[in-house]
Amino acid sequence: MRPEAIAAMTEELARLGNPSSLHAAGRRARRVVEESREQLAEVFGARPSEIVFTSGGTEADNLAVKGLYWARQETSRRVLTTSVEHHAVLDSVHWLEAAQNAEPTWLPVDATGTVQPDVLQAALAQAPAALVSVMWANNEVGTVHPIPELAAVAREHGVPFHTDAVQAAAQLPIDFAASGADAMTVTGHKLGGPVGVGALILRRGVEPVPVLHGGGQERDIRSGTLDTPAIRAFAVAAAAAAASRDDETKRITALRDDLIRQVHAAVPDAQLNGPPPGPGRLPGNAHFSFPGCEGDALLMLLDANGIACSTGSACTAGVAEPSHVLLAMGADASRARGSLRFSLGHTSTQSDVDALAKVLPEAVDRARRAAAPPQR
Amino acid sequence: MSGLRVLAAMSGGVDSATAAARAVDAGHEVTGVHLALSANPSSYRTGARGCCTLEDARDARRAADVIGIPFYVWDMAERFHHDVVEDFVAEYAAGRTPNPCLRCNEKIKFAAVLDRAVALGFDAVCTGHYAQIIDGALHRAADPGKDQSYVLAVLTSDQLSRAMFPLGDTPKTQVREEAARRGLAVADKPDSHDVCFVADGDTKSFLAKHLGPAPGQIIDESGAVLGHHDGAYGFTVGQRKGLRVGTPADDGRPRYVLDIEPVTRTVTVGPADRLEVTEITADRPVWTGCTPLTEPRDCLVQLRAHGEVHPCTAHLDGDHLRIRLHHPARGIAKGQAAVLYDGDMVLGSATISGASAPTSLVPLR
Repeated sequence: MRPEAIAAMTEELARLGNPSSLHAAGRRARRVVEESREQLAEVFGARPSEIVFTSGGTEADNLAVKGLYWARQETSRRVLTTSVEHHAVLDSVHWLEAAQNAEPTWLPVDATGTVQPDVLQAALAQAPAALVSVMWANNEVGTVHPIPELAAVAREHGVPFHTDAVQAAAQLPIDFAASGADAMTVTGHKLGGPVGVGALILRRGVEPVPVLHGGGQERDIRSGTLDTPAIRAFAVAAAAAAASRDDETKRITALRDDLIRQVHAAVPDAQLNGPPPGPGRLPGNAHFSFPGCEGDALLMLLDANGIACSTGSACTAGVAEPSHVLLAMGADASRARGSLRFSLGHTSTQSDVDALAKVLPEAVDRARRAAAPPQR
Repeated sequence: MSGLRVLAAMSGGVDSATAAARAVDAGHEVTGVHLALSANPSSYRTGARGCCTLEDARDARRAADVIGIPFYVWDMAERFHHDVVEDFVAEYAAGRTPNPCLRCNEKIKFAAVLDRAVALGFDAVCTGHYAQIIDGALHRAADPGKDQSYVLAVLTSDQLSRAMFPLGDTPKTQVREEAARRGLAVADKPDSHDVCFVADGDTKSFLAKHLGPAPGQIIDESGAVLGHHDGAYGFTVGQRKGLRVGTPADDGRPRYVLDIEPVTRTVTVGPADRLEVTEITADRPVWTGCTPLTEPRDCLVQLRAHGEVHPCTAHLDGDHLRIRLHHPARGIAKGQAAVLYDGDMVLGSATISGASAPTSLVPLR
């Protein structure tokens, strides 16, 4: 978490007041919340009234997917989304299908994991839809989707377009208004803010049915006492991230490109998954398949050497399951299982990249031996 | 010896958690691993009779966090199913009585897991088994009621050299107290019993589900048909209960299963004294940290998990271990392990392939 965000949050923790209350403490807290809202609106290219605070990205995705479906299900039960979405979107859609009679259409992605606008056009030409949800950038393989073009297609057909920008907001300039999206998810912890706070940004006039009922906070869209300290820290972190983004992006892109070069030098048959480095790929993301290895064995070995990486996104870790993202991109199960993601962020340095390259050859060698069944 | 890289297998139970903690205290670099062995881990069972549910995985992870070691889950479900579960079913189908815990130790815990661990740079696998390794040989645990040397006697010297049993010197009650002191929530978790993959303990139904109805006859030693059964796999030599034979025996004495013939699906029953055997043949001997027998040796043999020991004389006859009991024993089932002990030290083990009644032949010595 960014030091300035920690400081802001700590300060607020000492002054707790309910921003919904009418008394002085409440008024003070509300002022902090509204100032934070304005700050975030500026960072994300939105109006303050378009920001709905939630407990994080997962809740915002649930609110968008379920809420917009419920608002639109009389018009259509079709939900158009991709199979590379984060589980907060995927599982919400699966649940709507199983329990609420939704009819998902899974938009296919190409080999780089990208949904092309003509694919969405063809899907919407067939029949109306309740909503479309396509993530701005993929957290596993770094694919950046053509969001403005996709949103324009949805708009043409009068279908609300939601985008999960959780990963993208950390590394790319996100302008909600310019994107043409109707709903957008962002979260605090990806920006160096706290875990436990996020927002669903909703264009005026877009009204999902609430998931949380109660005190009517956030214009009745999302009830629940607002977490003033976390909201303030979220805004401070987002502003800091935006201010340093251009320089950070240059720095991280260079580091990431060097990481790719060094990994290929250390393990010549490693395969980069996702789009080639460039505007189509998140600046800090690298994702490789290591033939003959199990990703979880490799992760364990790297972890033992002080290098943190990931096999799937953090939420699917546990027993090694092939990444749904890689499978959607056409990889077979064994390639998907032998893959690792390396993400670079504002604390990453050249020595981190060098350390990885140094440790990788032996780790890959051992992971290959661990995967091969012994003679017994 | 300290400073080894140790892989601690953590089932989610109190024993393996405490063992892992002790390994850390002994100065080793420990990593915890939970083996996902079940093909259906999403079933929750409170007060688990079985093992390796999602709840167990979480308990193991929590224990690892409290102890302060890295923790991973290894998916061994397919291998476990093939090497342990299918073997279990196949053995029963062949008229034998298997011990799956033995098979799991032999093929999974100290084979598949150990091999992977060694490939990844570990020196040893640590478990919560109650047994001791002294001078490279396997010994009974200090707590005779919890001793698990019987199911570990399948390990070769090589496997034993990379095994670690930190709990072997401690009574179980003390282990629970220690776990509580260490802040391990699993201190009060009940032990799992029975076969870990037969959730409700009903082995007969489990086998019926896998093998289907396989009806056959129940006969006495004269060949007279006394009744019928719907699966010979539901019986074990020495079994008395569950024999649905309409009429009582002529002599009024209870009948016991004497033999199971899987091809004809015939179960032979008879009186208790017909269960008595003194000559036992066992195959595929493993010398657990000891040198193989070169000449006949007087020792003790245990023929069942939690069974008593029998004084005997054992000798190696080619690939077969011949064991002559000094006094007859009853209910010796093919497929079980015969484990030889010298006092509390394990000499070796082999799988029982035959047992016969006392003969009038000249004794061995």
